[in-house]
Amino acid sequence: MIGVLQFPGSCDERDALGAVRRVGEARLVWHEETDLSGIDGVIVPGGFSYGDYLRAGAIARFSPAMEAVARFAADGGPVLGICNGFQVLCEAGLLPGALLPNEGLRFICRQVELVAEDFRGPFASEIGAGERLSIPVKHVSGCYFAPDEQLEAMEATGQIAFRYARGHNPNGSVRDIAGVTNEAGNVIGLMPHPEHAVDPLTGSDDGLALFRALVAAPQAAAA
Amino acid sequence: MLIRPKEGILDPQGKAVERALPALGFEGIHDVRVGRLVELETDDPAKLDSLCEKLLANPLIEDFEIVLDEGSSGNGGSPP
Repeated sequence: MIGVLQFPGSCDERDALGAVRRVGEARLVWHEETDLSGIDGVIVPGGFSYGDYLRAGAIARFSPAMEAVARFAADGGPVLGICNGFQVLCEAGLLPGALLPNEGLRFICRQVELVAEDFRGPFASEIGAGERLSIPVKHVSGCYFAPDEQLEAMEATGQIAFRYARGHNPNGSVRDIAGVTNEAGNVIGLMPHPEHAVDPLTGSDDGLALFRALVAAPQAAAA
Repeated sequence: MLIRPKEGILDPQGKAVERALPALGFEGIHDVRVGRLVELETDDPAKLDSLCEKLLANPLIEDFEIVLDEGSSGNGGSPP
């Protein structure tokens, strides 16, 4: 069972539910829930948690559900953060780096091409290195940043999961980075929305691979 | 608490403001940077540092400075 977090201000949790249900089972996890027993994987979805006040993701990281997710991730449980969820995971320190306002200051909503890197962890199981994925972005604070020395370490350990294809970087992200993992590889975050790319009817089903990988990911060590 | 984008961090807001200035006749202004001001009242200023580090600022991308105004009445009175 995959748990999809729902904060006040989330807006993509239903699409994430629908995406998982094409390949497995999922339920919503309200932000005040602290018991993740029976949950095998977590999605922190897109939206505007707590109105994005202060900084995107800054307040959501202190929610009771996120404290539970931090423990779940520390035990090795698989966690996928999408857009605002990526911002939340960075603010919570579960992923390296931070998301800054887009270089052009505009809200961007468009289909982009991603290139998968040779990255580590369970989320790489369904996606080959160098594979191109067509997935939409829609965000105003998606400019990925981390200090140079940290980026070097991340490149060396396979923590860069996705880059925008040449010419597709929509927001000024450093080194064209669209998604990263933690050191262990069981936590991943990306700005593009794989849950909006699960049916050829809407242009692409390239996003399904991430949900298949999440459902198939190894379980957390028993707490 | 004054919170600013760290030196060297992309600040598109500052850039946008800077680009708008010449049109209004403000010449010779450069390196515009836009940050945030958080005002609050507290009985325990010693905790402000950790409050900034944990919540109000993201130390990876922002610097912060704490300015204490001991004279404030605590009832919305304006500083001297």
